[in-house]
Amino acid sequence: MSAPVVITMTVNGEPVTGTIEPRRNLVDFLREDLQLTGSHVGCEHGVCGACTIRVDGDIVRGCLMLAVQADGANVETIEGISDSGEIADLQKAFHERNALQCGFCSPGMLMAASALLSENPVASRDDIREHISGNYCRCTGYQAIVDAIEATGQARKGGAS
Amino acid sequence: MKPASFDFVRAATLDDVFAAFQQHGDDAQILAGGQSLMPILNMRLATPEVLVDINGIDELNGISVNDGFLRIGALTRHCDLLASPEIAAHAPLLTLAAPHIAHPAIRNRGTFGGSLCHADPAAELPACVIAAGARINVAGPGGRRSVEAAGFFHGIFDTDLAADEILTSVDLPLLTTDERVGFQELARRHGDYAVAGLAMKATVSAGKVSGATLVYFSVADQPLVAPAAAGALDGHAVSDPLSDTVMAALDNDLTHVIDDLHTSAAGKRHLAGVLLGRVLAEMAGEAGS
Amino acid sequence: MTETSPLTVLDRPNSFIGQSEPRAGAKRLLQGRGTYVDDVVLPRMVHVAFCRSPFAHAEIKSINTEAAKALAGVVRVVTGPELAAYCSPWVGVLNHLQGIKSAPQHALAIDRVRWQGEAVAAVVALSRAEAEDAVALIDVDYEALPVIADMETALDETTPIIHPDLGDNLCFQREVDLGEVDKAFADAHLVVEETFHFGRHTGVCLEARGIVADYNPAEEALTVYLSAQAPHMMKNIYAKHFDLDENKVRVVCKDVGGSYGIKVHTYPDEMSAAALSIMLKRPVKFTADRLESFVTDIHARDHRVTARMAVTEDGKITAIDMDDLTGIGPFSVYPRTSGIEANQVVNLTGGPYTIDNYRARARVVFTNKNAMCQYRAVGHPVACAVGEGLVDTAARALGMDPVDIRRKNLIPDDAYPYTYVTGLPFEKLSHHQCLDQILEMMDYEALRADQAACREKGIHRGIGFASMIEVTNPSPAFYGAGGAFISAQDGCTMRMDHTGGITCTVGVTEQGQGSDAVVQQVAATAVGVPMAMVKVVSGDTDVVPYGGGTWASRAAGIGGEATLRAGVALRENILDVAGAILQAEPDTLDIRDGHVVDAADGTERLPLSEVGRIVYFRGDTLPDGVQPELVATRHYVPKKFPFTFTNGIEGFYVEVDADTGFVKLLNCWVVDDCGTVINPMLVDEQIRGGVVQGIGGAMYEECLYDERGQYMNATMADYLVPMSVEMPDIQVGHVETPTTDSELGAKGVGEAGTAGAPAAIMNAINDALTPFETTVTAMPFTPDRILRALGKI
Repeated sequence: MSAPVVITMTVNGEPVTGTIEPRRNLVDFLREDLQLTGSHVGCEHGVCGACTIRVDGDIVRGCLMLAVQADGANVETIEGISDSGEIADLQKAFHERNALQCGFCSPGMLMAASALLSENPVASRDDIREHISGNYCRCTGYQAIVDAIEATGQARKGGAS
Repeated sequence: MKPASFDFVRAATLDDVFAAFQQHGDDAQILAGGQSLMPILNMRLATPEVLVDINGIDELNGISVNDGFLRIGALTRHCDLLASPEIAAHAPLLTLAAPHIAHPAIRNRGTFGGSLCHADPAAELPACVIAAGARINVAGPGGRRSVEAAGFFHGIFDTDLAADEILTSVDLPLLTTDERVGFQELARRHGDYAVAGLAMKATVSAGKVSGATLVYFSVADQPLVAPAAAGALDGHAVSDPLSDTVMAALDNDLTHVIDDLHTSAAGKRHLAGVLLGRVLAEMAGEAGS
Repeated sequence: MTETSPLTVLDRPNSFIGQSEPRAGAKRLLQGRGTYVDDVVLPRMVHVAFCRSPFAHAEIKSINTEAAKALAGVVRVVTGPELAAYCSPWVGVLNHLQGIKSAPQHALAIDRVRWQGEAVAAVVALSRAEAEDAVALIDVDYEALPVIADMETALDETTPIIHPDLGDNLCFQREVDLGEVDKAFADAHLVVEETFHFGRHTGVCLEARGIVADYNPAEEALTVYLSAQAPHMMKNIYAKHFDLDENKVRVVCKDVGGSYGIKVHTYPDEMSAAALSIMLKRPVKFTADRLESFVTDIHARDHRVTARMAVTEDGKITAIDMDDLTGIGPFSVYPRTSGIEANQVVNLTGGPYTIDNYRARARVVFTNKNAMCQYRAVGHPVACAVGEGLVDTAARALGMDPVDIRRKNLIPDDAYPYTYVTGLPFEKLSHHQCLDQILEMMDYEALRADQAACREKGIHRGIGFASMIEVTNPSPAFYGAGGAFISAQDGCTMRMDHTGGITCTVGVTEQGQGSDAVVQQVAATAVGVPMAMVKVVSGDTDVVPYGGGTWASRAAGIGGEATLRAGVALRENILDVAGAILQAEPDTLDIRDGHVVDAADGTERLPLSEVGRIVYFRGDTLPDGVQPELVATRHYVPKKFPFTFTNGIEGFYVEVDADTGFVKLLNCWVVDDCGTVINPMLVDEQIRGGVVQGIGGAMYEECLYDERGQYMNATMADYLVPMSVEMPDIQVGHVETPTTDSELGAKGVGEAGTAGAPAAIMNAINDALTPFETTVTAMPFTPDRILRALGKI
């Protein structure tokens, strides 16, 4: 058995300490140790995007990062960016356009969308499709998601949708 | 799919890495971006006893131009490759390739050095560094050495690195004013490993190609250099269609193409020819400007 | 709705029927505040991981679990014989599928494994990681057996029989011979023939299958949290196979991360997890990881169909003759059977058309691959592709426009009621109206002009159509009649509390399609309250009326109708009391916008909260003889037809790169007639999602097995699902032909998009390839297959 490691990090603005096995990945740490179940596990090989979270401002796959690697980092999950209001307009657009059905991909999708819109609010539909191409959605077929992200981007830039 | 247990060591310097290898031998594995290693561990395809995290080793960072070379540190993330003005200016093949590497969340963590060491035959970067004529810098407990990129990749997931060595940086010659690069990849879905891809560098002078390096990826068990086709392109007008001579030479180069799960070797050989035409057309577009 | 019928609920003031209301239940999902099975944590809960066979067919000589048992954190390790004491085996047969046979299947394999991935031992531990550590220490001695991996030879005399007791590898065979098929072919001006291959593929729900089973020994009661579609069905199955009193079994389906039919079947690993909870007397959690999902989630659509069509000189179809072979796993899946998909292919091929002569044989054979069973649009994608593919082949041979040949053969819109040659009763469909509409939406002539202009420049674009019919709202004829304890009826209990708030509990379930939202809209309309006053509870068998869950696109049509009736009944009950309070005749009153009003002019008389206050807190003030029941339950089962058929048409515009074999999906249009549309936005999104799932099967998805029965691409990197860049925008149009079998008139729509997409794409690709005089008929349409058709490799 491996030696447990003590880690500290900031999660959604709160300081957090944990004692964990090194093999524990970051999304499992968030879900199981911190009960932040909004980030989801879909494949554990980095392909589906359901575990997408933010570490030190960048979106990453929570299943491909060890919790010990996030020691000292600033981690943000869907719960945090929802409660802060950062993505309220995106969530509203998703809701109004039914850009989700089962909702399992949505936290990861919103993380990816938020990252895109902060660098490029005037992203075209093609840009949007390219940026979310690492987030698997089985229910919607993506069109409503693209619509919602596009509309939010336009609204942020002050344009009408 | 949870990995088998391992201990975790954070290396601050290269010496820390060598010490870990000395102590644990084959039971230790380097962890950089983790984007290739973590799936392997999660699937228990590898069960190292110790992971040595190198993300804190400063020496492995940085992109700089020195002595006519562009040096890219092993820990350079794919997103940094994409955004770097130095790379765009001096090694634009990497700038062309980077958007094809997976997706933003992966690119934020995955590293340049990691991709090269992982040596997935379907990956873009190994082919690019060979086409660019790069040298790969390696450090071990006994000292440092550098290897021509063309000699670094031995087979699927197999490189010239010894068990106790680490890739520190890659030196790429600066692209000269009459050199052009081209990159084309055919993938079923954006960001996937390619069905077939081609990275190319050549001198284009008065519209004519010479000194080309053609490196195909995702067609064999390692990047596949096509020297006969490259030679046959000497003197070829970049905007002309490909001659039978070039295609026959390419055919010769492609004898070791293999099937993958979805595409036959025959399919890949055919696509290789198509890719060559498209890369040249891309270069022709640039040559005019 | 006709002008002469009395006002129906659809005419109510402030009706939400037909409104694109956003779903109340979606908000929590957007904040990551849903509850999926893996989010459920119970005290003393433990985790199970399975030791799975790496071989497709082998004898189990021995299993050594000593090292596994000794590992720290391990609670129990069990093998098949031990678990069999807690869980009886099941057999996936129904007696309305004549002659279907299958062998008993256990929760954990006993003596023999019959597909790669079948579980042979289970480890229960304090964490999933520790359970997996112990699994790695289990030593199983397998003796390999010959693998039956090729369905084409499964019935050969020399092929070993997977279940010797069954006598052969045939699960089910169905043959029909209707009209005068041989004569029609003899007299035909043109006979076209094709062999179609459909790649085996699977659902890939983003939330993998999961279960938390919680047995309480003090009450001999089992509670199961399950990611699934049919909680009542599973309640019965748990009771039956664990020998429990069914009244003491509770199944709870909370948020489900996608299902599409994958999660409406009985899985041995889930049954094992539940049995282990009973054995260990504590909660047991199992969530399939992605690799497990690929090798155990049911697969579907592995068919080879050889078919001929007889056509007259002017393009009238006179006959179809086809042979369908499908290779399922080693067991027919329980309880719905793996014979249904082939049965549908036989029933539905050519269904949009007036065809009088029809012969079909379908054979379902066992193989040593993963199980196959119902997955979204069950059988329809195959049937539609065969029929529509032959129609286009005939059109090309006759030099007819594919629109014209369809015009000639689609059942006329005024020909109803109409029974298709295979016995399918169509109440009323709208094929021609849908065709008119799609041609307008796509601007057909402009597309043909674009195609011609592109061809001149060596760009190969193609247009493809697929006319389709779709089974929805099944009656008991579908499963119940075969002996399955699967309910075709459904119910809604609607209750008004003292605030006037309405709580609906329903037997249909939610996996994201919007069943809860549809119920909410119907309830609000039927009672007369704002949407925000209605809460919907579904998925908990302790709480909801006995129902069937959601499958075969039944939630809106059947669940919606039950809700409608319950709402009407509740409104009457409320108005009875309101009448007593107001001393007015109840039939002079109505409820609108949460208020009791005068029906004649809408004058507000009382808020519902006032009715509630009096009923619940001041019953003393009500006159004698007034017994308020502010709750009503109504159930509904479709009776007029065994299924409510819908119809639609899909069109694709594609570009084939003849150099690379890559296909770009430029545009897509769908016109669907699902009867009354309750929420247009949800219907559009179901269609879009369904189309993209169909694109998956047509272009990308295939479970690749080698001759040893090894599933070679069982990861998300190697099994290709549709992602955003390659998908087109999809234009959706509607025609509404309500069913008269219910007041709501809603038919189903969840599966239609998937049914037609593969056919339309195939036809579009082949239209693009016309100059090359070649066609492709094997899905998925990979670059290799197209390059081969073009003769480039």
